[in-house]
Amino acid sequence: MSAATYTYAVARPFDPAQAAGLVGVDGAAIHLVSHQDLVAVVSPLAPAAADEAALRARLETLAELEAIARAHHGVVAAVAACAPTLPFRLATVHRSDDRVAQLLRREHRRFRETLDRLAGRVEVGVKLYVQRAGASAGATPVAGSARVGRDYLRYRREQRDQRQQAWRRATAAAEQMDAVLAGLAVDRRQHRPQSAELSAAPGENVFNAAYLVDAGRAEELAALARRLGAENPQVTIEVTGPWPAYSFAGSEHGERT
Amino acid sequence: VSPAALPAREIALVDLLDRLLAGGIVLAGDITLAIADIDMVQISLRALITSLDAAERDA
Repeated sequence: MSAATYTYAVARPFDPAQAAGLVGVDGAAIHLVSHQDLVAVVSPLAPAAADEAALRARLETLAELEAIARAHHGVVAAVAACAPTLPFRLATVHRSDDRVAQLLRREHRRFRETLDRLAGRVEVGVKLYVQRAGASAGATPVAGSARVGRDYLRYRREQRDQRQQAWRRATAAAEQMDAVLAGLAVDRRQHRPQSAELSAAPGENVFNAAYLVDAGRAEELAALARRLGAENPQVTIEVTGPWPAYSFAGSEHGERT
Repeated sequence: VSPAALPAREIALVDLLDRLLAGGIVLAGDITLAIADIDMVQISLRALITSLDAAERDA
């Protein structure tokens, strides 16, 4: 088994000095694979890490998944600060640099078109949360008290109804906000709401979207999202980014594989 | 605004995985993980939930 090549992104050429010292997955140094007016940003992957079973096993382990994800993002973000950048999906691995060069040749037109679309633009993430049912002050029946039985069922029913109402209100608020934010953005993508187990979130995630904006308008969009959130006491807004345009790296009409 | 403006440690893993597992351009690599990308998302999220459950139990 020989070493393989991990690709982070394709970018417009930039001064390699700007990538000097940049390391990626497993601390491997970054280098560039060039073809005409494109460069692929890659690092070597040790033979032991470079087969499917080994890679899959690592991605199924949280600590390893996190290390690879943060290393991947570290490289993509650093390159995106230098040149228009098209991020790759996590764990895109080829047998050699030559195979990556072939990819650049084969997909040259598509890469160029996508880079043109993303150049000078960043992604801003906006999430909307509604407070978790039960988190509000209320008379939780105390186990062991005389009133448990029927009171408890009523309590559960009320909780469920409140939760549904809060969810509906939050969804309506999200739709309104989305329409306003989309007006500032070049494009938008919706991610799946995040599972409450996965984050120390300020409630239940109702809406999770990404907006592609001209870099100069990222602050404006973020401020607008925060202001709209502040106007509505029922919901909490969380803004992330600016990010390299990960969510917009696929084709404009959804992703091709 | 530089995309690198946000220090890596402040980025929540869950926000990062939204982008790295569901975003980014998908290309068939020589190692076939990329082809099974949908499975990978599910596998990875399951790994995440399992690990967090385990962490909570340990805590």
